[in-house]
Amino acid sequence: MNSSIGKAYMSTASSSAGRKAGDAAAAAAAAADQFPAGLRVLVVDDDPTCLMILEKMLRTCLYEVTKCNRAETALSMLRENKNGFDVVISDVHMPDMDGFKLLEHIGLEMDLPVIMMSADDGKHVVMKGVTHGACDYLIKPVRIEALKNIWQHVVRKRKNEWKDFEQSGSVEEGDRQLKQSEDADYSSSANEGNWKSSKRRKDDEDETDERDDTSSLKKPRVVWSVELHQQFVAAVNQLGIDKAVPKKILELMNVPGLTRENVASHLQKYRLYLRRLSGVSQHPGNLNNSFMSPQEATFGPLSSLSGLDLQTLAATGQLPAQSLVTLQSSGLGRPTGKSGIPMPLIDQRNIFSFENPKLRFGEGQQQHVNNNKQMNLLHGIPTTMEPKQLAGLHHGAQSMGNMNMQVASHGSQSSQNNPLLMQMAQPQARGQMLNDSSLGHAPRLLSPMGQPMLSNGIAANVPTRNGIQENIRAPSYNPVPQTSSMLNFPMNHASELPGNSYPLGSTPGISSLTPKVAFREDVNSDIKGSVGFLPSYDIFNDLDHHKPQNWELQNVGMTFDASQHSNSLQGNLNHAQSVLVQQGFSSGQMNGQNRSATVVSKTMFSSGDSTGHVNAQNGNQPLNSLLVDGTVRVKSETPTNLYPDDFGQEDLMSALLKQQDVIAPAEHEFDFDGYSLDNIPV
Amino acid sequence: MERNPMRRQLQTMRKSLFDQGHLDEQFVQLEELQDDANPNFVEEVVTLYYRDSARIILNIEQALERKPFDFNKLDAYMHQFKGSSSSIGAKKVKAESTVFREYCRSRNGEGCMRSFQQLKKEYATLRRKLEAYFQVARQAGPMETACRPK
Repeated sequence: MNSSIGKAYMSTASSSAGRKAGDAAAAAAAAADQFPAGLRVLVVDDDPTCLMILEKMLRTCLYEVTKCNRAETALSMLRENKNGFDVVISDVHMPDMDGFKLLEHIGLEMDLPVIMMSADDGKHVVMKGVTHGACDYLIKPVRIEALKNIWQHVVRKRKNEWKDFEQSGSVEEGDRQLKQSEDADYSSSANEGNWKSSKRRKDDEDETDERDDTSSLKKPRVVWSVELHQQFVAAVNQLGIDKAVPKKILELMNVPGLTRENVASHLQKYRLYLRRLSGVSQHPGNLNNSFMSPQEATFGPLSSLSGLDLQTLAATGQLPAQSLVTLQSSGLGRPTGKSGIPMPLIDQRNIFSFENPKLRFGEGQQQHVNNNKQMNLLHGIPTTMEPKQLAGLHHGAQSMGNMNMQVASHGSQSSQNNPLLMQMAQPQARGQMLNDSSLGHAPRLLSPMGQPMLSNGIAANVPTRNGIQENIRAPSYNPVPQTSSMLNFPMNHASELPGNSYPLGSTPGISSLTPKVAFREDVNSDIKGSVGFLPSYDIFNDLDHHKPQNWELQNVGMTFDASQHSNSLQGNLNHAQSVLVQQGFSSGQMNGQNRSATVVSKTMFSSGDSTGHVNAQNGNQPLNSLLVDGTVRVKSETPTNLYPDDFGQEDLMSALLKQQDVIAPAEHEFDFDGYSLDNIPV
Repeated sequence: MERNPMRRQLQTMRKSLFDQGHLDEQFVQLEELQDDANPNFVEEVVTLYYRDSARIILNIEQALERKPFDFNKLDAYMHQFKGSSSSIGAKKVKAESTVFREYCRSRNGEGCMRSFQQLKKEYATLRRKLEAYFQVARQAGPMETACRPK
């Protein structure tokens, strides 16, 4: 955007100057310094009176104004033309979408400065604007003086981006190699780090699609590879989320070439993600911890990464390419997480990707569309799980912390994938576990559900597809699905998930998954009964029983929210859960786990959705928090514990989780709708 | 000149609107936005406001007919209405909106109803005055620049 801004200014400045040739002031401004004249502003407000006034005011400031009375319209306008605007001004209270949600979407997908407006000047609302990443907050009625200076936000952002750019060179190089991405897609939009590019490394089938769309950036950005993200999350956890300041994080990370600005922007995204997941301000700490768990370090950030991360993770191919490949081949089918993509894991990645338009808008409803995609990931897996199941998984996945796994989980994982996925899912998040479990017994589990779980990022699917989807959208719930999908998908695949969470690639667990094939077998046996793949929960349950530990972690996270939200979620989860139950997981094992898992899943769902999404389903908050916790937890723990030895899922999970973490940070073009759970075609 | 009296009358009307507290500084902001490209900007905005806010008023009325009151919804409607009203500088209307919202927050149904009645009165009064004002402005307006004292 930056580069285009300059050009735009030039052209717009001249045109606006021309328009107001008669206006002495305008002429003077144009002559003296064209910028900020010509600044391209998108103003969103459902109140026609305010909209008219604002438009006139902005025109008087010599800006190029586009007005919009619906958030969804604004979002699609922004998506269609990623570099078409320099700044967005949005009202807080709008009927079709909460202004803060729009803010988040824009921040994640396009990374444009967003100014919030409201007649409400209460401290809490203004604070919300700050925490959601708004660069300014105007109290209505807005005076023209307040609008005259909005250009400063554009300049400031541009300045920071360039700085990152300059610094990112070395970092990117390193990332590149790691990722093996085909080409560093620096141009990924909006995100500071090129998560997308990192994801690409694996050359996931779908990745390319996603990447292309998202890469609209002109300048290279820091590529937040999975590893880098892991380091970041580790540093944040070490410092404590409350005390984590960019400077200290930078020091701890000790990555040459990385700037404080890179870290600062990444941290902001991460915080947003966490917040979204938990829905509770306090979570950051909790989340981090959970995320950070040993393997998850990457996951932690996943939350922040949200859609981006997932993709990035996927893209970065953090997931062991092989695992992805294995996963995919096994049954995932199409790596492209997008609709029906076999890449369940990838979908999960989408969890992070808030972008998934589907998730966002339809929060509730969309989800399931997205979920479907994710679910598809599993598709390889013959699981009979219905999308709902996936949703459930997603939720679980989400809790995973949006593990990209989701993506994998949806997947289309074919039966084979399941084991892999499952493994992957395991580490990823509880949700993922579910997927995994499904994997085990036959892709079925994973299929629709399994996979989506991860990718959906727990998107609201729980209650119904939508539920999961939401999760996905929100923080990268995907975790859950990740595992499953991860396995199936080729790590790189992350892109596959159509926008869903990052493709498998992201799930670190994936790499480890591959070898776990054995796990699958086991799972299969367990799961055989159950087709549906219970929403991620089940998987976890299943897996958990092997690894009680995992669940604990997850539950922990979940409990935190679970208590609050589970109630709300219950409704939603119920069906996810029921699905799980049907799966026929080895009840014995699962029971113990299930309980926790269930809880987890529940929470996951709720939390999965990051505030925005969750709401759709339950009430947003609960989910988010749950997921956050859940996901976070999942990550760290699951990887190893979730899967029983025989399954080897653990490895997968961890791999997936790891992947996810890493990938998540990677920038990801939000384009991937498919990734996030939302995409899971439930 | 003939127009001068009209201009003078317009100025008097305008001053009275401000002195009586019907309008505030925001209205001046609108006036300042009016230029050659949009010579009737203020009237257009006010017309749009009355058209759009009528819908919200109706919503509130309907909501007040359903018992028990859904205070959250009422508050949300009023928040919308308040935002709109404040953007054109409708001072008294805005103040009454705040009172209404307070009653909503304290779950005072009686207070809400009383406040709403008062609000509608202010709303109608302002509309009447502004309509008269714009009528004179239209007649005096175009001549404004021409009549500006040298």
